[in-house]
Amino acid sequence: MILVLIEHADNKVKKAGLEALTIAKQLAVKTSSEVGAIVIGSIEDPESLGNYGADQCFLIDHPNLQQFDTSNYTQVVAQIAKDKGADIVILSHTSKGKALVGRLAIKLESDVLSGVSQFVGVEDGTLLLKKPVFAGKGIASFKLNAKKAVFTLLGNAVQPQTFDGSCTVITREVSVAPPREKVVKVDRATGEVPLPEAEIVVSAGRGMKGPENWGIIEDLAKELGATTACSRPVADMDWRPHHEHVGQTGIAISPNLYIAAGISGAIQHLAGVNSSKNIVVINKDPEAPFFKAADYGVVGDLFEVVPRLTEAIRKFKNNQ
Amino acid sequence: MNILVCISKTPETTAPIDFTPDGGALKTEGMNYILNPYDEWYALVRALELKEANGGQVHVINVGPSSNDIVIRKALAIGAEEAYRVDCDPKDAWMVAAEIHAFAKDKNYDIIFTGKETLDYSGSLVPGMLAELLQIPFISYANHLEQSDNTLICHREIEGGYEEVEVSTPVVISAAKGLAEQRIPNMRGIMMAKRKPLHVLEAQCVAPKQDLIHYEKPPARTGVQLIDPENMDELVRLLHEEAKVI
Ligand SMILES: Cc1cc2nc3c(=O)[nH]c(=O)nc-3n(C[C@H](O)[C@H](O)[C@H](O)COP(=O)(O)OP(=O)(O)OC[C@H]3O[C@@H](n4cnc5c(N)ncnc54)[C@H](O)[C@@H]3O)c2cc1C
Ligand SMILES: Nc1ncnc2c1ncn2[C@@H]1O[C@H](COP(=O)(O)O)[C@@H](O)[C@H]1O
Repeated sequence: MILVLIEHADNKVKKAGLEALTIAKQLAVKTSSEVGAIVIGSIEDPESLGNYGADQCFLIDHPNLQQFDTSNYTQVVAQIAKDKGADIVILSHTSKGKALVGRLAIKLESDVLSGVSQFVGVEDGTLLLKKPVFAGKGIASFKLNAKKAVFTLLGNAVQPQTFDGSCTVITREVSVAPPREKVVKVDRATGEVPLPEAEIVVSAGRGMKGPENWGIIEDLAKELGATTACSRPVADMDWRPHHEHVGQTGIAISPNLYIAAGISGAIQHLAGVNSSKNIVVINKDPEAPFFKAADYGVVGDLFEVVPRLTEAIRKFKNNQ
Repeated sequence: MNILVCISKTPETTAPIDFTPDGGALKTEGMNYILNPYDEWYALVRALELKEANGGQVHVINVGPSSNDIVIRKALAIGAEEAYRVDCDPKDAWMVAAEIHAFAKDKNYDIIFTGKETLDYSGSLVPGMLAELLQIPFISYANHLEQSDNTLICHREIEGGYEEVEVSTPVVISAAKGLAEQRIPNMRGIMMAKRKPLHVLEAQCVAPKQDLIHYEKPPARTGVQLIDPENMDELVRLLHEEAKVI
């Protein structure tokens, strides 16, 4: 069995969870096995995971699992993996997935890889996976034991696929100790899609001149249904919140579209964004290094270009 | 409070990266290595601050060959008391975690700090492995940490914000940006580092669990298409028809 730990929030499955299911299904088809979805906590309509490739869904709820604790989450995932004799466990490359993957690999004594961008295939009992390395300056292929592996999948590595399937929902009783990592408060910006999951990201840098000018970036993001991001100096100067900082020392993202306005394209910035599928760069300096990494470039003053782009998108959507 | 900081080395962040023509190996000729920024700037500095406030010692450990001594000395110059190097060339995170576990299991460190990831392979694997091997809690991506007696109050970075987590020692903490402010070693520190102990330990040498078989360069972008700044309708058309993203 191929197991997936399903990411969810506010009782809804996150896109990252569906992406992991999609890869699990591809793997299951190649190895003639089944897909098991693990849900810790609760989600609406768990049966519907069948439409994304799950054959079985294991629901685990316990007061001591209300808050995230790496030992407890590892324990319950490992328990199901052992009961089911699972070959592979897939996690999302999110804050939870990254916190769990190392622990789980030790607990299951399995091969392990994090931040997988591509599932290449299964051959003679080995699982072939690729991931970006050296801040996106290279891609490395890895061989893992296809009978014993744990990996995390990067956001947007695949588009979730739907299948004609149904899934059996099984509620599992577990005994869990009180968490040793006691979460006393959660502080999270609500409303926006978190950066690592966003399909479209609108980002801006020092070319904005000051935090008071961000309205045009927010308008563009709103029109596109995008999440906003920023370069590091902008976060360091507190023009924008730290969780928006992308790049080598910030968050690494791989959206389908990345729009950068007033960002020069320093190598450490590119490190976090160059896996984006399409990059649009708006900069008044035609020599800005970012243009070399871009698919589409606009040489111009962002204070004119950005509102014009927002308007063009609005017009386009009205004509659709 | 005794603290162990795990330090790794990584190619300098602006270094060009290239592979041998068959994709079998990284070209390392002339490559400059640095102390992994998360380990140096955040993990080590926060460890030193805690020591300065409470007493105790800060030790650093690296699993690697003797060519790593130069980055290990830098950690001593910044302020760690003693350094340990487990002498082997680790092939994956498991090899690293197994060595650090073998070293630390009977040493009673209150906190084991790591960086959130090494900038070469961005594995983010060693700290979780260590926590599981030691059977102790793990706070990942900590960007804030306060202490009151034996309780630590940490902010664990999550998508779009943070969780405030209370935890007792011993604990493994992986450091993210924000945990501390970078310290530049001064002349005195550099001189003192030469006299501080750098112990070389024999490795357990477990077998790796990960097999890196090939490198390639990412597909090159085909080149930028410039669009008239007056004509954003054209950009929208391209994003819709060509890139198919809107
Ligand atoms: C170890 C290390 C790690 C780092 N990590 C990161 C990281 O994770 N993320 C990151 O972003 N940076 C990182 N940096 C910093 C990085 O090197 C750059 O300094 C930073 O990305 C520059 O930010 P910027 O592009 O916003 O500002 P600048 O480099 O100042 O660029 C501003 C750009 O705006 C343009 N501009 C100005 N006015 C206008 C206008 N009216 N219209 C259009 N364009 C305009 C300018 O032409 C210029 O290109 C790191 C640095 C180091 C040393
Ligand atoms: N060879 C090593 N020796 C000591 N510590 C290491 C080594 N490799 C990684 N680490 C620690 O583990 C953290 C995460 O590394 P990684 O799992 O390689 O991304 C690093 O920031 C270091 O603190």
